[in-house]
Amino acid sequence: MLRRTLLATAALGLGIAFAGAASAQDKTKACFVYVGPIGDGGWTFQHDQGRLAVEAAYGDKVETAFQENVPEGADAERVMTQMALSGCDIIFTTSFGYMDQTNAVAAKFPDVKFEHATGYKRDSANVSTYNARFYEGRAVMGHIAGKMTKSGKIGYIGSFPIPEVIQGINASFIHAKKVNPAVTISVVWAYTWFDPAKEADAAKALIEQGVDVILQHTDSTAPLAEAAKTPGVIGFGQASDMAAYAPSPRVSSIIDNWAPYYVERVGAVLDGTWAQKDTWAGIGGGEVQIGAISDAVPVEVKAEAEAMAAAIGAGTYHPFTGPLNKQDGSVWLKDGEVANDGDLAGMGFYVEGIVGDIPK
Amino acid sequence: MDFGAINPAVLIASLMVASVPILLAAIGELVVEKAGVLNLGVEGMMIIGAICGFITAVGTGSPLLGFAGGAAGGAALSLIFAVLTQGLLANQVATGLALTMFGLGLSSMMGQGYNGIKPPLTSAVPFGPLSDIPVLGQILFSHDWVVYASVAIIALVGWVLRYSRVGLILRAVGENHEAAHALGYKVQRVRLGAILFGGAMAGLGGAYISLVRVPQWTDGITAGQGWIALAIVVFASWKPWRVLIGAYLFGGISVLQLNLQAAGSRIPVEYLSMSPYLITIVVLVIMSSGRATQNAPAALGQNFHASR
Repeated sequence: MLRRTLLATAALGLGIAFAGAASAQDKTKACFVYVGPIGDGGWTFQHDQGRLAVEAAYGDKVETAFQENVPEGADAERVMTQMALSGCDIIFTTSFGYMDQTNAVAAKFPDVKFEHATGYKRDSANVSTYNARFYEGRAVMGHIAGKMTKSGKIGYIGSFPIPEVIQGINASFIHAKKVNPAVTISVVWAYTWFDPAKEADAAKALIEQGVDVILQHTDSTAPLAEAAKTPGVIGFGQASDMAAYAPSPRVSSIIDNWAPYYVERVGAVLDGTWAQKDTWAGIGGGEVQIGAISDAVPVEVKAEAEAMAAAIGAGTYHPFTGPLNKQDGSVWLKDGEVANDGDLAGMGFYVEGIVGDIPK
Repeated sequence: MDFGAINPAVLIASLMVASVPILLAAIGELVVEKAGVLNLGVEGMMIIGAICGFITAVGTGSPLLGFAGGAAGGAALSLIFAVLTQGLLANQVATGLALTMFGLGLSSMMGQGYNGIKPPLTSAVPFGPLSDIPVLGQILFSHDWVVYASVAIIALVGWVLRYSRVGLILRAVGENHEAAHALGYKVQRVRLGAILFGGAMAGLGGAYISLVRVPQWTDGITAGQGWIALAIVVFASWKPWRVLIGAYLFGGISVLQLNLQAAGSRIPVEYLSMSPYLITIVVLVIMSSGRATQNAPAALGQNFHASR
C-alpha cells in the first residue's frame, strides 16, 4: 500500500512538474487531494464532480490536478508539499484526517491557498475550511427509516467517532424515534472511510442482528450491495446518489454537492479576492441535497420527508430542536431551544435512547 | 458479555461464507508446501484472482466464468514463481514476497475503471424444501455453490494426498527430493503442478472475495487474508482437515466480533477488531510449542537441481 502510494506520488510529481513547465504562469492551478478512488461512487466521486465543474466553469483559465487514494498521514503531507512545489495555486484537501497535514504544509507555503474539507483548524491565513451540514440530510433519512422499519431496528455504520459522524447518528435517531417511539439503533464502527470489504461485513452483521434499515457514514456502495442480498432490507445513498441501487435497497440518498463552492473559491483565486473563511452550508445553501425518494417508500412518507427537507432548507426547522436530553438523561436542549453551531461542531455524546458508548 | 442476542445458526451459516477465501487459499498452499515449495505469494495470487475474476465476470456476465478467470489469473501469476524458483533456482522466500508486492501493484493497475461496478450475482444453490428446515437448513442448505465446492476440495485433497499414487509421489518430492529423483520422479514437474494448483486455489479464493463477499472491486481488497491462509497451513500442521477447522475458527471469530458489536456488546471495539488475529497468533504459538512443527515437509523451501 505504502509502496504503491509512494510510486504514484512520485509519478504525479513528475507529471505536475512537466505540466507546470509547459504551461506558463498565466493559468491558475487547482489541485485536489482525495482519500479514496474517484470510482468509489460516493464521497470522492462527488469531490471530483466539483473539480470537473471548476474546469467547465473557467475553461482555459484554470487547470486542475488530483491525487486519489491518499492515506491520512505522512503520505498526505508529502502529496500536498509536492503539489505546492509544482505550482498549484489552490489545494483542496478533501478528508477530515488531512487536518494537521494541511495546516503544516500551509504554514510552509504562504502564497498557496488551502481549503480543508470538514475540518476546524485554520492556523495560518491561507487556510480555509468548508463543510456541509450532513446532519440535515440525516434527519430526513431518519424520518424515512423510522417509518419504514418493520423490525424496529436501525443500523448505522460509523466511520470514526468524530463530531460529524455523531451528529449524523443523533439526527437519524431523533427523527426515527419521533415517528416510531419503539425504534432502536445499533452502531458498528468500521474505523475507515473507504473499505468495501469491511463495510459489507458490518452491514451483514447488522442484518443478522435483525436490522432492516441501514444508514452508512462510509463512502462505498458495498453496504447497499450487501443489503440487496436480503429482501426487505433498505439503505440510503451516502455522499453520492448511488442510483444504481434504486429503487431498493437504496430508497433515497444524501448528496454532497461541492461544485458551487469549488467554482466560487477558484473564482476568488482568479480575481484575487480569496480570503480565509469557514463555510458550513446545508440543504438551504444547496451543499446537501436529498436524492430522489424511490417508489419503495409510501407516498405519504415521501411527502412528509420532502416537507421536512423543505422546512430545514427554508430555515424554519432545525433538526436539533429541544426538548432533547443527553444519553445520561441530563437536559441538553430545553423545549423549543435550538442547538448552536459550536455545540454541534464539538458533539461528543449520544442523545437519550441510544444504547452503547462512543469509543474514545 | 451478551451472547443471547446472537443466533448461533445465523452465525455458523455466515462464518462458513466468511471462511471460504482463506480456506481455498490455504488448501492450495498446503499442497504447494507438501511438494516442498514455500510460496509466500499467496496474498498476491489472491488479489490477482480477485481482479481477474471480477473483470471476467463483469465482461461475460457469468459468475461461473468469473471464478474460472480468477483461478486462471492466480495460476498465471504462480507460473512466474514456478519459473523463477524451479527453472532459475531463485530463493523461494524472496521470490514469494516479491510476488505478493507485484500482485498488489498489478491488480491495482488492472482494476482502474472497475471501481464501483456491480458484478453479476452468484445465487444460493436451490435446495427447495431442504433449506426451510429450521436451524439445519440455514446452516447446511442456504449457500452458493462455492461454499460446497470448497469443502469438497478439502475432502478431495485429503484423499488424494493420503490414498492416491499422485499424493504419494507429491509427498515423496516434498520429504526428500533427492530420493524421489533417484526413483525417477520428475521433481520439478511435480512441483510445477503443485504451484499451479496453489495459484489457482488462491485465485479462486480471491475471486470469491470480489464476486460474493464484498461484491465489488477496490485496491487491496484481500486485506491480508493471504497471510492468514499461510498461517492456517502451519496451524493445521499440514493436514487438510485441520485447514478446514483453522479457517472456520478464524472466519468464525471475525464474524462473531462484528455481531457482538452490532448486538451492543460492552467489550471495547478495539479489542473485538484485533481478536481474530490475536487468537491466530496464540494458537500458532501453542501449535509450535508442540510436536506439530515436526510434521513439516522435510524439503520445504529447498530448491532442487538434478546436477547437484
